[in-house]
This record gives sequence, structure tokens and C-alpha cells, in this order.
Amino acid sequence: MADVDSIGDLLEYVTDRIGPALVDAKVKNGELTLRVERDRIVKVLALLRDDPNCHFKQLMDIAGVDFPERERRFDVVYNLLSLTGNMRVRVVVETDEETPVPSVAELYSAASWFEREAWDLFGIFFSNHPDLRRILTDYGFEGHPLRKDFPLTGYVEVRYDDEQKRVVYEPVKLTQEFRTFDFLSPWEGITRQLPGDEKATQDVPPAAPGPAKVAGS
Amino acid sequence: MGLEHPLIGLPGAPAGPDQDAILKSVTDTLANKGFVVAQLDKLVNWARTGSMFPMTFGLACCAVEMMHAYVSRYDLDRFGVVPRPSPRQSDVIIVAGTLTNKMAPAFRKVYDQMAEPRYVISMGSCANGGGYYHYSYSVVRGCDRVVPVDIYVPGCPPTAEALVYGILQLQRKIRRTGTLWR
Repeated sequence: MADVDSIGDLLEYVTDRIGPALVDAKVKNGELTLRVERDRIVKVLALLRDDPNCHFKQLMDIAGVDFPERERRFDVVYNLLSLTGNMRVRVVVETDEETPVPSVAELYSAASWFEREAWDLFGIFFSNHPDLRRILTDYGFEGHPLRKDFPLTGYVEVRYDDEQKRVVYEPVKLTQEFRTFDFLSPWEGITRQLPGDEKATQDVPPAAPGPAKVAGS
Repeated sequence: MGLEHPLIGLPGAPAGPDQDAILKSVTDTLANKGFVVAQLDKLVNWARTGSMFPMTFGLACCAVEMMHAYVSRYDLDRFGVVPRPSPRQSDVIIVAGTLTNKMAPAFRKVYDQMAEPRYVISMGSCANGGGYYHYSYSVVRGCDRVVPVDIYVPGCPPTAEALVYGILQLQRKIRRTGTLWR
């Protein structure tokens, strides 16, 4: 059995095992990121979970990332943790609005809600999911609010209607538009020389003669 | 001061010998005659302000400050303010936190289940007008869009003292309004 006890070892080990399903693998800042084929994700995660040298038995999170300028705009990111190996790995697949990603809820029961969340907020579709419903947004909500093209304020707002005696939904009507204040952030705006620094380099003028000190007092 | 004794309508007095004298006269009347005469509206207001049971409705971080107001340091129990878990037993609902679109119908349902007279305290920026989430797609821009609000407590979150002050203001409002029916 190969001895896998560092991220570098793991990179080599999984590169061998995953084979052609692997699109890209790199270690950056001591973190291993694997880009894999979307259709092979279940096999890859099963390997990472069950292989005695990996044992990534915990799925910490599934995240979605939206890159609107890309052809396949979404990344789905699986963050895995191996307690036995004290290692983490990040597995990434690409998809778009229509293409489904195979669900990994069979492998990790935690994935079920994570995938529902990704579906709810990004509209990433997962095939084979046992119960793909919205999880966070309002009942009957339309749209996927974490997409970059979703307007910040959304499309509807609620109000209690005294005649209908119920809470009604209406198109958003703002009395004041959202304003962005593009202040120079303190980190961007800072200059090498802080106010007051110039005094340190200037020659210090001789101190004005103060009251004479009485020796021995 | 213009304070009146809430029960018997006598000119009231702050704690001290004068107040003791009033209380003694009330006790003596009770002991001698077995009853006291009071004005009904004052009696009603005394009862209403003296036992405002708030519905437990903590939605976000403001709820933590609300809890601080309930427990030992500020001890709202001394004003007769005891949190209730059921709208049927509550007189006032403290909206402590962000009211989301998803929560709004449930909140209105809880409010509708409360018996009259009922009061609403809106606690914190989010409940007052959406606050930090004013432009969010999922947050109600002020809980006054859903229920009529009596007292707004500003702050993000308001301190426990601020909430206690708001509750005292509500007591004052009830006393001043002085109606038997709303």
C-alpha cells in the first residue's frame, strides 16, 4: 500500500487512480484541487471516500460558483475531509443551466441538502437526487438568487392586504434606488507615507529655550 | 409630577413617606369597609400595563438582547412582562429581528391569533425598516408592512435597556390612550 501522508503524495496517488476522468489537478497554498469530468463525479468521490489511502469520509460542503462569462457558467465544488489522513481535498466540476450533475446523495447523505441548496440558489440541476426541492427561499419563489444576473432586490415584495386579509405579493417598488458608494477602501487608498510621517525625516528645529531648570530641586 | 395613583385616582407620589401614606389609606379602607372605589378606566389601564405578556418572537440577533432584557440583570418580570409561548396568552408581540418574506405570512397568522387589545413592538433596524437587508430580495422592508406597529425601538441591535425603555413607552402609551376598546 502506497504511503500517502502529504498533499503532494495525495496528488500523485489520486492522479494515478482517477485517470482520464481527471481534467486538472493542482496544489496551491497547500490545498489540493481536482477538476474532474462532470459525468464521472460519483465514481471519483466514491474512490476518494473508499480508497484506504484516502478515506475522505466526510463531505463538508457543496458550493456553487457562477462565472457568467464562461460557456459552462457554473462550478460545483465538493469539499471533502479525511479525518484519518488529516487532509482536505476540493473536487470541482463544471456545468451550465441545463446540464445535470449526477447527485452524490447516495454516497454522502449530507449531499442531499447541499444539492438542494445549490439547486435553490444557483439553479444547478442534479440528476438522480431523491428529493430536489427548494430549501431556503420563499414558497413559490421564482429565480435563483445567487446567480450573478439575479437583481439584488428581486422581483416581488410582500405586504399585508387589509381587504384580502392576507399577505400579498407585489412587484418591487423602491422609494429610493440602491446606491453603491465607491469609496476608496482604506487598504487601496493608503500611501506609503502616513500623515505625520514627514515630521520624522525633517530636521528637528532646536527646542525653544524653556524655563531654566533648577538643579538639585 | 402629575402622577395619579392608578387604583384610587388620588394624586400619586413617588416612593417615600407620601406614597406610604396613600398605600396605608388604601389598606385601611380595605380593612374597614372591605372594598375600595376606583375609576374603571384607571383600573383597566393598571391591569393592562402591569401584565403585558409578550409573545416570544425572536427572529435574529435582536432576540439575544431581548433575552438579556428578560433575565436577571434587567428582569422585565418586575414590570409584569413575562414571555409567553402562545399567541393566545400574549398581549404584545416583540418583533426582534429580520422579518423575511417567507416568515411574513406566519408572523401575520401569529398576530391574528392574539386577543385584543394587542400591541406590537418593532425591535431593531431590520424590523423597523429592513435595515441592513433593506434592498434584499427576501426581506420585508419593515414589519409595519405586515402588522400595525405601536413602538419602534431603534438600534442594531438595540441594547436591552433600549428595549426596556420601549416597553415602558408602550406602558405610557396604553395609559395615555386610556380606552377600554381599541
